[in-house]
Amino acid sequence: MTEARTDEPDVRLDDDGDVPVIEVKNLLSQFGERVIHQDLDLVVEKGEVLGVVGGSGTGKTVLLNTIVGLKDPEGGTVKLFGVDRAEMNRREQAEIEQRTGLLFQQGALFSSLTVLENVASPLVEHTDLSRDVIRELAEMKIAMVGLGPESHHLKPAELSGGMKKRAGLARALALDPELLFLDEPTAGLDPIGAAAFDDLIRQLSDDLGLTVFMITHDLDSLYAVCDRIAVLADKHVVEKATIEELERSDHPWIKEYFLGPRGRAAQKTAA
Amino acid sequence: MARAQFDVGEEGGDREGGSTVLALRGDWSATELGDAPRRLPRRLEGVQVGGLDLTDLGRFDTAGALALIQSGVHLPEDAWSDRPEAGRVYAMVEKLERDQAPPPKRGPWAVRAFGRVGRGVEDVWSEMVLSMAFLGRLLIAMGRAIVAPGKIRWPAWVSQMERAGLDALPIIAVTNFFIGAVIAFLGADLLTQFGAGVFAVQLIGVSVLREFAVVITAVLLAGRSASSFAAEIGSMRMNQEVDAMNVMGVDPFQALVIPRLAALLIMLPLLTFVAVLAGLFGGMLVTWSQLGLGPAFFIQRMYEDGTMFMHLMVGLSKAPVFAIVVAAIGCRQGMAVAGDVESLGRRVTAAVVQAIFAIIFLDAVFALIYLELGV
Repeated sequence: MTEARTDEPDVRLDDDGDVPVIEVKNLLSQFGERVIHQDLDLVVEKGEVLGVVGGSGTGKTVLLNTIVGLKDPEGGTVKLFGVDRAEMNRREQAEIEQRTGLLFQQGALFSSLTVLENVASPLVEHTDLSRDVIRELAEMKIAMVGLGPESHHLKPAELSGGMKKRAGLARALALDPELLFLDEPTAGLDPIGAAAFDDLIRQLSDDLGLTVFMITHDLDSLYAVCDRIAVLADKHVVEKATIEELERSDHPWIKEYFLGPRGRAAQKTAA
Repeated sequence: MARAQFDVGEEGGDREGGSTVLALRGDWSATELGDAPRRLPRRLEGVQVGGLDLTDLGRFDTAGALALIQSGVHLPEDAWSDRPEAGRVYAMVEKLERDQAPPPKRGPWAVRAFGRVGRGVEDVWSEMVLSMAFLGRLLIAMGRAIVAPGKIRWPAWVSQMERAGLDALPIIAVTNFFIGAVIAFLGADLLTQFGAGVFAVQLIGVSVLREFAVVITAVLLAGRSASSFAAEIGSMRMNQEVDAMNVMGVDPFQALVIPRLAALLIMLPLLTFVAVLAGLFGGMLVTWSQLGLGPAFFIQRMYEDGTMFMHLMVGLSKAPVFAIVVAAIGCRQGMAVAGDVESLGRRVTAAVVQAIFAIIFLDAVFALIYLELGV
């Protein structure tokens, strides 16, 4: 029999970067009666670093959860690497999980494992590398995010907030994902740490061709890292543009955001 | 996706000492690397690589770069000219300092074994000290609550009474029903052999009223409420809610411990009474069906015995003590939760185990006391 086996479906994910990495169309999200997103459209191209801003309660984290598949949308489509999330088969889903990394707001490190084991966990789960190679890779990722070797054998409960974030990022980067989701990566970091974090994201996106979807309130990050910024307001993306274009926008919320005292201060330092 | 492969070949054979070319094929990524990191350094031993052939190279990520760097290969500067982005990955990994931390030191096994024993003993001691401290704070808080009843949190109290008491009613009634029935089966069978089947009623009465109703109820609450108290207060500690209370000037003992303690103090005796009724009912059904002694006879035997009221009082007198033990151990373990999930699990387990142990132990103490008193 030469027929293809039907229980091993094809992987239709895009490899070449011809189609957008993320494509959200007409998204409807609601909790009960409360509508969070309506007719939300968003496209993220390969290699783009997208910052997502919006007031509190505009559904930034809900949007991220919908894109990564932690929440099912009430309507509309979410495509990742050109394939609709709702129509994905098992293998595609598994591959998406390997090609994306997510840094949660609080780090979400496994509390029973050390930092090194945390960072190694995706490698142990998804690769057939030997234990020594996995340990070396994990050590490299930890060094990459700027944590010293003294942190390797610490438990998450012994880490400070900033160290947890860095360890979380190292774990998100463990499999060298093509698409990285960051939920407020610099919140709770000191300004120097935040700037180093920005540099790291920028370098990773330049060197590894990483596509980044970053929720942030940090205006300095927006200026330093993001290629484009999507503004969430009135239940959808009101504008997605470069920061220079947004500074000239007429939308009242955007105006207040970028031309308020903090926005002006960030502009000055960026200039 | 293709597995990572490599070839080492000669190039430029027309020149003397033509350089060796390392050809990378497939995806040099974490998921496809396989055993290439092990094979590559062995193959490259004693070989001077003069260039890279990247025509068939697919994905190249930091895992691939690390494998290449660790093989000890020295690449010429223009090696990556065909794939500049892969060259950047390589350069980035190359300049990272990968300091290795030695794994935490482990002493010889004998030292570790003694160390464990020592730590265990110290833990028992510090547990005792902390328990005493908790008891002291609890007594102070109780005293304050009695002196100033206006500070008592009635809504929390009532809600705990519902959750820890009322909601436990079905399980306690059913469990005690079966306990009563089992005693009746065993007693009826044994006593009829001596022709004393009617004394099964007294057996059921004494055992249920005096021991089983209160002990079974307390053990069930130890499993049900001590665990939930420890988990609730423990998660609040992990969430820094208890710290927030302290900073706001709210006494966590007043807000968290006293309502739970007071709720069990009221509900455990009431539940014990329900347990008594359920146990006697179970026993009565069995004596009726097994011995043909109807409910009227059962009740009459109990009434005429004369000591049954005393047995009921003995049983109920233990209920408040057990209530304090269950609530205090549950809350005490909850308050001892540290920041991590493991300690939460450990503390909840300890709460249930310690509470059940304390109940059985105190029941034995009560038995001795009442024996000496002759009741």
